Amino acid sequence: MDLILVNLIDGLVTGLLLFMLSAGLTLIFSMMGVLNFAHASFYMLGAYFAYQISLFMGFWMGLLIAPVIVGLAGAGIERYGLRRVHQYGHVPELIFTFGLALLIEEIVQFIWGKNQMPYSPPEILQFTLFSIAGNAIPAYKIFMLCMSMGIFIALLYVLTRTRVGMVIQAALSYPKTVEALGHNVPLVFMGVFGVGTALAGVAGVIAGPVLGTFPGMAFLLGSIVFVTIVIGGLGSLWGALVASLLIGWITTFAASYNVAMADILVAVGFEKPADLSESALRDLWSLTLPQIGPILPYLLMVLILVFRPYGLFGKRDV
Amino acid sequence: MNRQAVQNQTTAPQGGVTLATALPWIISTIVLLFIPLVFTSNSAITIMNQMAITIIFALAYNMLLGQGGMLSFGHAIYMGFGGFVSVHVINYVEDYSLPLPLPVLPLLGGLAGLALAILIGSFSTRKAGTVFAMISLGVGELIAACSVIIVVFFGGEEGVSGDRTYGLPVFGIEFLQQIEVYYLIVFWLLLSALLMYLFSRTPVGRMANAVRDNPERAEFLGYSARWVRFFSFCASGFFCGIAGGLFAINYEILTEENLNLVQSGSILLITFLGGVGFFFGPIIGAIVFTLLSTVLSLQTDLWQLYVGALFLAAVMYFPGGLAGVIMMHWPAFKMGNIRLLIGPYIKTFTPCLVGILGTAALIEMTFHFRHAAIGDEEMTLFWTTFNSHSVLPWLLVVAVTAAAFWLTRRNLPEMVAAWHTANSLPGVSK
Amino acid sequence: MGNTTSFGVTAVLALSVSATAAFADNVKIAFIDPLSGPFASTGTNGLHQFEFAAEALVNDKGGVLDGDMFEILAFDNKTSPKESLIQLQVAIDQGARYIVQGNGSGPAHALTDAIKKHNKRNPDSQVLFLNYAAVDPALTNEKCSFWHFRFDANADIKMDALTDVIAANEDVQKVYVIGQDYSFGKSVAEAAVANLAEKRPDIEIVGNELHPIGKVKDFTPYARKIVAAETDAVITGNWGSDMLGLGKAIIENGFTGPIYTYYAAGSGITGAFGETGKGTIRLIAEGQINPPATDEATAYYEAFRAKYPEGNIDQPRISNVIAMLAAAIEEAGTATDVVAVANALEGAEFDSMWGSKIIMRPNDHQAIQNMHIAVHTDDGITFDYDNSGFGVVTESEIEMAGMDSTSTCDMKRPK
Repeated sequence: MDLILVNLIDGLVTGLLLFMLSAGLTLIFSMMGVLNFAHASFYMLGAYFAYQISLFMGFWMGLLIAPVIVGLAGAGIERYGLRRVHQYGHVPELIFTFGLALLIEEIVQFIWGKNQMPYSPPEILQFTLFSIAGNAIPAYKIFMLCMSMGIFIALLYVLTRTRVGMVIQAALSYPKTVEALGHNVPLVFMGVFGVGTALAGVAGVIAGPVLGTFPGMAFLLGSIVFVTIVIGGLGSLWGALVASLLIGWITTFAASYNVAMADILVAVGFEKPADLSESALRDLWSLTLPQIGPILPYLLMVLILVFRPYGLFGKRDV
Repeated sequence: MNRQAVQNQTTAPQGGVTLATALPWIISTIVLLFIPLVFTSNSAITIMNQMAITIIFALAYNMLLGQGGMLSFGHAIYMGFGGFVSVHVINYVEDYSLPLPLPVLPLLGGLAGLALAILIGSFSTRKAGTVFAMISLGVGELIAACSVIIVVFFGGEEGVSGDRTYGLPVFGIEFLQQIEVYYLIVFWLLLSALLMYLFSRTPVGRMANAVRDNPERAEFLGYSARWVRFFSFCASGFFCGIAGGLFAINYEILTEENLNLVQSGSILLITFLGGVGFFFGPIIGAIVFTLLSTVLSLQTDLWQLYVGALFLAAVMYFPGGLAGVIMMHWPAFKMGNIRLLIGPYIKTFTPCLVGILGTAALIEMTFHFRHAAIGDEEMTLFWTTFNSHSVLPWLLVVAVTAAAFWLTRRNLPEMVAAWHTANSLPGVSK
Repeated sequence: MGNTTSFGVTAVLALSVSATAAFADNVKIAFIDPLSGPFASTGTNGLHQFEFAAEALVNDKGGVLDGDMFEILAFDNKTSPKESLIQLQVAIDQGARYIVQGNGSGPAHALTDAIKKHNKRNPDSQVLFLNYAAVDPALTNEKCSFWHFRFDANADIKMDALTDVIAANEDVQKVYVIGQDYSFGKSVAEAAVANLAEKRPDIEIVGNELHPIGKVKDFTPYARKIVAAETDAVITGNWGSDMLGLGKAIIENGFTGPIYTYYAAGSGITGAFGETGKGTIRLIAEGQINPPATDEATAYYEAFRAKYPEGNIDQPRISNVIAMLAAAIEEAGTATDVVAVANALEGAEFDSMWGSKIIMRPNDHQAIQNMHIAVHTDDGITFDYDNSGFGVVTESEIEMAGMDSTSTCDMKRPK
């Protein structure tokens, strides 16, 4: 029971972290129709910039400055790269972001090398806040939780309560009409892209110390972010939130419980072969849940797309 | 060039077999047959084998992307699956001494790829666009993950290996040497390329274009968009499987890397770099990419940085890919104006090339400066050895690069003007 | 299309010709390992160690035979079996008769298989495969080959040595085994369970599980289970970011016992663990770094540091590969007849500067040597890793580990 509570907290942290990435991506995706493959690369840039800044000015300045730099970089790439490719259609746009992801990874390796960076949480947060039945909950985890909650609330407020948010929401559904009303849609696009990538940057800054800061960190997270927004439904912030939490909890719980395929098969009524090494199905018999945990989101996505192509909360086809 | 124009060029002119349509095929055949006489080293042949396999794979991929407008993020699984089945067949045939000649093996690989494509395509082709792309990503990831879990079939990390010299010699050929494998691969390359070309001329192939551009109107013609997508998808899977079978013969080993997302991603890069709008685009892409990854990687550890930059530049400035760049010159060539371009091209592209090489040199020098061993300050670049820690080479390279780019910029308007002149009909130009 | 092909292949050809023509008398050793991609740092560092060893141990002493120098040719295999095979072919064309590789069992299997076939099909350009780090036991058991020599202890031998140490520690009553879901991770787990059952039947294996390789973003749930199982020790074969992520998560969630690992040092991992891993992370490896085993080792490491200030000697066996190859070439009296060199390497005995005698076991070509268990710390470090102040200090030594281990190898020798 205690372990369930601990896992709920862990899954919440993972899920909310994922949400910070998927929130920006779903906005960008639904507004511009771009599957931004490089989104996780901005997350990586956030971590590296923050690490570099923290060497000179400490963690907190990194948290403050790095996302701004990432956002500016994102806006610049939208203005001078993506907008140029936009005229060729969606596929070249997507391939542009694909190439961008490769290039960013290479540039990061060129500047910082290929090793893990010794980027750690600030001293002030390196203690155990409380423990549940012997399981320590580090203070930094709770800090991550508060950060992502705060960002979610701020985002929700901006999108639903401010004028800018209204324009963005309108531009999501009817970009042509919004433009006809005299709003500068390209500027909105650039702003959304910048803010989206800055959010990814924030996620990188706070996740880098715990999940590791290394050149493969973008690739590790890259496709799962898409999976999240596709499951949640495009353009839906709530969908992104629900899907992020769902994936956070699924992967956490799948890793925590050693449900063995053999037990399930026996329970269903199959008989376990006496000599597994001869059986053609030996891999099926020895399968356990933690082994397949990280690929469950992909399975979920395929199933959802087959049966409900607009995702959990989406209103239109992805 | 707008998007419509890029895509419309896929539609080749109608007509029967004329010398003009047959000529590229005849030339390619002759070149492919005689090239090993020119380049006899085993490594050259190995690289050519790799190229040929990649060409088949890229052409098969372009049946979806270029002709059908379907973006697949997990296409490596069809080639990989065909390859795994082939290598299992090799082992099976060897164990039971079955009379299966090696040259027909790729056909079995193709059928395996087809079977998997039918299975996956039955649900993934119901929708086009992002739904299709994301299903392909999900399925690709699932099967790639299975490759390390289902050890019985995929062999885990070390993969499955076989020995192609298993059976009786075919016409006295035992396939001991790379050169024999080369001719086998060339045979399958020409056959598959021809079949894929012919497929693009069949009604289904034509309808794939129509469904790509406007599914609704295609439906009005009485074709089910879904079935057209499904047929293209299956045909693509079949040819991917053939490439997989050839891979099994050439390398005699299949591993997890044949299925993973890196492989799927690189075939997308290859195809796009070559140009999705033209049948021969992927061929160029496969050749260039194989050379970059095998030859450039011998020269510099930073090759992926250059490939990434090249790729990004291609998407931004030449969305038609390398083939698009070549075909841009077709109208001028037909009007006999191509010679007007030669002078301006030399004047603009020579400094441009120097500038790019200069930038690369600066990157290499920075890399060397930061990572070279202490006391090992000499570095060799473009056949010149110098000290990367002294100021002079830096000044020199920076100056040359800057001058080259300045020259490029200065000559650019002249080239643009020449381009317009060359592409205007006589009398229309001012 | 024709034009592009011929241009490209001209480039390839020109390349191979120029490289073959350059130094006819050198002994060419082809290094085929990742120099780009995620594992490039390990590969590049290994290459530096090879280049340094060839320079310091052979060339500076006048080379082998009549002054033939060792030349290391570097090839980037991107950790891919396919690329390894292409680069193998290029290497052979450039005149390399010795192939060294280590990162990844996948490429190692592909190479040993391909070399077996190549040597059968091309008797006039046979090559030897000197494996310095791929530890899959199969390579010296059912998949063994006359052409393959392994200079690192295989995973089973390492586990044998490791469990000797664990068995001697009465405090350990419960052990948790966790690893990556692929052949190496599985063989580590199997060997751990089998060895412990034999040596200390009273030890309870409280957990034995695999996680997908390179796909886990957050290791916290795994760490929770490990802590909840109240284990006394953890054994893992993880490497790279999976090692760092797992180790950090376990420690941060309150585990204080020993974590026995194969690869938790160097390549930035030592630096990233830093203070967190102090006294917890244990490493099993062949060479002894701290305290330096011999004066020769101290001088060697200092010279290496002077040349590569950012490098680590995290694979001391690399110098053994070079030294033993040089000795075998001298004994065979030839560098071109690789069968004679292989025969000389078989059963060769060598005193390594890293504090061990090495015997190349003839029946399976597995090097037998002392194993060392070292702890991650910043106390008593002569040579740190990653310039972090932290390094590994030897705690215990297992002499001639796996000397009497059996092998299923049934080697086919050339006549």
